[in-house]
Amino acid sequence: MMTNPNGIVTQGQFSFLPALTDVQITAQIKYALKHGWAIGVEYTDDPHPRNTYWEMFGNPMFDLKDAAGILMEVNNCRKTFPNHYIRVTAFSSVRGVESPTMSYIVNRPKKEPGFGLVRQEADGRSIRYTIHSYATDKPEGERY
Amino acid sequence: MSETDLLKAKLPDDAPVNLEAEFEASNVKEVLDKLDRELIGLKPVKTRIREIAALLLVDRLRKQFALTSASPTLHMNFTGNPGTGKTTVAMRMAEILHRLGYAREGHLVSVTRDDLVGQYIGHTAPKTKEVIKKAMGGVLFIDEAYYLYKPENERDYGAESIEILLQVMENNRDDLVVILAGYKDRMDKFFHSNPGMRSRIAHHIDFPDYSAEELLHIAKLMLATQNYRFSADAEKAFFKYISLRMTLEHFANARSVRNALDRARLRQANRLFANASKSLSKTDLMTLEAEDILASRVFVEGKLDMDGDEGSDGVID
Repeated sequence: MMTNPNGIVTQGQFSFLPALTDVQITAQIKYALKHGWAIGVEYTDDPHPRNTYWEMFGNPMFDLKDAAGILMEVNNCRKTFPNHYIRVTAFSSVRGVESPTMSYIVNRPKKEPGFGLVRQEADGRSIRYTIHSYATDKPEGERY
Repeated sequence: MSETDLLKAKLPDDAPVNLEAEFEASNVKEVLDKLDRELIGLKPVKTRIREIAALLLVDRLRKQFALTSASPTLHMNFTGNPGTGKTTVAMRMAEILHRLGYAREGHLVSVTRDDLVGQYIGHTAPKTKEVIKKAMGGVLFIDEAYYLYKPENERDYGAESIEILLQVMENNRDDLVVILAGYKDRMDKFFHSNPGMRSRIAHHIDFPDYSAEELLHIAKLMLATQNYRFSADAEKAFFKYISLRMTLEHFANARSVRNALDRARLRQANRLFANASKSLSKTDLMTLEAEDILASRVFVEGKLDMDGDEGSDGVID
């Protein structure tokens, strides 16, 4: 994470920018609604990049017209999990399946310890590398 | 700079504002005129809608001087007999609110008890919230709202739904306008047992029944939109039909008129078919004759029509 100037997890859209304000989030939601995409709010405390399936906060929201309803859910989720990662994902059904088209983090823990590089010595002189989130050393729910 | 600061900077105290110009700019006049044109009668309703529109317009002007007042409560209650135009007016209301900037999207989500109340514990809240989220930015129209509250069943989940609605009506006043609708006496009872609901609704609008003349006018409008018309005799016959029909049970104002017209069209088609040998003109295809209307059972036996959907099999038109 040393190459990341802010020392924060960079996943999804806008993650190299300063945190989005509610007004900016509303604008992004509006963009998704304009395209008729369904929108879901998800949270997790395991930010490993291969952890694709985050927990859903309520059902994904279909057929909404206005961004206020989704922002309400985002704020509910922030209230419930103030120290988790929360992302807003938009799903497009154009291909016949609900596939993610937008995804951005709207809430993160106050302190993000980042990732360590783990080396595993394998056959001969070869070495396998993996990354490990320091936060996941602690059990679920106590990580941040 | 916050939004209020921006507004404060907008106009000095002595700047003149033009209500007329603001009215023109909002395009509300168009909707109000359309309301006047397409909705017959309903004097008290139209007056009230004009009042509400005026209030919102003045409120908008006040905002330009940073004269802040709490945004007005716009939740409404429409009472009246079936077929008096409650849904239609609600739809127009959504449009008016949209043009005045009080509803961001201006759509109407029309629901009944089934859409709000769940079937088991824990089902109601997500269901109600989903509907509310769908209606945000527009108008939530709850038809026959009194069914939400069933005092005879203490395990009924309707109360939970009402609670959530009340909370949203109070906290998300800027996002959502709720319109309840139903028969007058039952709505009164509903409000009596839910005082919280009553106090959160600012506008109680009663829809009066139509007179026979108004119903004839409505019938003619309906026919015109479908490219039909009455012959002179048929118009007289239909007026007689309405007067008779009004005295019978299950009379549902404009809705009964629409059903009667549908049946008249059926008979007209049948009549044209019977004289198939004769060549027909455009006028023939457009005109409803007196015999199409006089064939109704309302005339023959003084009873409800059974050949249509009216009153048969317990289906109330």
